[in-house]
Amino acid sequence: MAEKVFKVTSESGIHARPATLLVQTASKFNSDINLEYNGKTVNLKSIMGVMSLGIPQGAQIKIVAEGADAAEAMAALTETLAKEGLAQ
Amino acid sequence: MSKTIQGIAASSGIAIAKAYRLETPNLVVEKKTVADPQAEVARFESAVAKAKDELELIKNHALQQLGEDKAAIFAAHLLVLSDPELLNPVKEKIQTEQVNAEYALNETATMFISMFEAMDNEYMKERAADIRDVTKRVLAHLLGVTISNPSLISEEVIVIAEDLTPSDTAQLNREYVKGFATDIGGRTSHSAIMARSMEIPAVVGTKAVTSEIKNGDTVIIDGLDGQVIINPSEDVMAQYEEKRARFEAQKAEWAKLVNEKTVTSDGYHVELAANIGTPDDVKGVLENGAEGIGLYRTEFLYMGRSELPTEEEQFEAYKTVLERMEGKPVVVRTLDIGGDKELPYLDLPKEMNPFLGFRAIRLCLEMQDMFRTQLRALLRASVYGNLKIMFPMIATLDEFRQAKAILLEEKEKLQQEGVQVADDIEVGMMVEIPAAAVLADQFAKEVDFFSIGTNDLIQYTMAADRMNERVSYLYQPYNPAILRLISNVIDAAHKEGKWAGMCGEMAGDAVAIPILLGLGLDEFSMSATSILRARSQMKKLSKEEAARFKQTLLSMSTAEEVVAFVKQTFHIE
Repeated sequence: MAEKVFKVTSESGIHARPATLLVQTASKFNSDINLEYNGKTVNLKSIMGVMSLGIPQGAQIKIVAEGADAAEAMAALTETLAKEGLAQ
Repeated sequence: MSKTIQGIAASSGIAIAKAYRLETPNLVVEKKTVADPQAEVARFESAVAKAKDELELIKNHALQQLGEDKAAIFAAHLLVLSDPELLNPVKEKIQTEQVNAEYALNETATMFISMFEAMDNEYMKERAADIRDVTKRVLAHLLGVTISNPSLISEEVIVIAEDLTPSDTAQLNREYVKGFATDIGGRTSHSAIMARSMEIPAVVGTKAVTSEIKNGDTVIIDGLDGQVIINPSEDVMAQYEEKRARFEAQKAEWAKLVNEKTVTSDGYHVELAANIGTPDDVKGVLENGAEGIGLYRTEFLYMGRSELPTEEEQFEAYKTVLERMEGKPVVVRTLDIGGDKELPYLDLPKEMNPFLGFRAIRLCLEMQDMFRTQLRALLRASVYGNLKIMFPMIATLDEFRQAKAILLEEKEKLQQEGVQVADDIEVGMMVEIPAAAVLADQFAKEVDFFSIGTNDLIQYTMAADRMNERVSYLYQPYNPAILRLISNVIDAAHKEGKWAGMCGEMAGDAVAIPILLGLGLDEFSMSATSILRARSQMKKLSKEEAARFKQTLLSMSTAEEVVAFVKQTFHIE
């Protein structure tokens, strides 16, 4: 299992394009990947789930990956978040 | 048997092709019990797969034809169709309740749609529309009905629709769409303006095309007389082929004027400029021999996307337009959003009277970050051509002063950063609010120019919503009240040595041209396709003769009187 906390730096939070990128990245892996924000947990492979959280700038989010490729998934997601200037 | 429907001529020319109905089918979902849920799940999965293939195709097509921005919508739709939170509940429902796929999908999607719609955020509400769109596509496959995919049209067609929204038109392929006809709309509605900028014939406000025309019917669009002819007989077809040929011949005649200056028969020069919405429109502007751009509507940069355009994106657009115009004047109107033009991502509250509400310069003075970004982009682009900037919806001098002060602040900041900015940028305003037209003598002391926006000026002066068909009889460009306001604005400008232009639909109208010439208008900005016709008319007119009728026209009492007089005096059909 891999687990990591991020702080959202993107001005518009995790919306449209950022959400699309995260879901696309997560969907490449077999692990169960969840996103936690504000006491709610959603499937990170679900675009509707991620967008329903309405994550704003400055939010603390937690990503939890569980499965054989959990470590690789976390590395890829961390890279996507950093590369796109979404969170650190 | 041929049948003719009368509508409003929105864009000139004759087009003949097969009808393509742009429609949303009636997807009625019934609840049924299924004997083999396993097979039903498979049927659902196959419908999803087909919808995905289709979306993949549309996305690639949109990417090539319309650019990355438009294609992104379909990428988001594809993700929704891969979403386990949507697909798994549907499959579970089919299995546990033994119901048909249509019902299970509809129930599940409706739940998500109402969840998103209930959110207090415009952006989230838009996602409800995405889910609805995607659900319709899958339902159509399940029910075996076809839905329109306008972006996939690959043969010559006439589009038939109730109305065309900006997102519909964004999906249309200019190569194959030869014309269109709609049930609703008028000469200034979005679909009409779009048709003129695409340079295709269009008839709007027919009330009946969608009920009378079937897919594959042969349709003639007569954008000259506002008629739609369905399944014409051979005789009628021949007649229109001839009318089209005559129109093409006249266009060819006008085309000879493309490189000429617009000079009246008594030697006065007036400027004929074009209205544009995007850098792509510049091609049509140059082909039609415009002497400049009199109105660059920048709101299209902001529309059909999910966030504000960056300074860099705007800079590129403005620079492109200025460079392609090679030193000819380009009047850019700063963001005119609000009213009927919404930006979902700004999340502005709904208003009772959007046309009288928080829009255009009012909004820009409040949301200054957004305004300043646009001004910086414009200032940076100014060195690439002959830029003039104007502010929309100015009602008071204070608004103009504030807007100009912000512009100068940004200019100074850029110069301190070492960025080059042109020194001679003229700063003007739109005159579309009666208060500004009446007080034009005071405004004229501070602006470099006026541009009269007649579409709004008429609706505000007559207090009649131009989109409301029941009061459209009040949309009277030739009402003497309007002519007096226009005359007042032109005189006020000239008294201070400034110039006055017009960028409403009226500027290109054959009846309006002799009137406006006589009132002394300096610049006429219109749809690019109207320019050569206007130039040909202008060359035959004498400005001094036209000016002699000024007082006569301004002392008339009705619009009908004005029109009758002008038609008779200047021999206009």
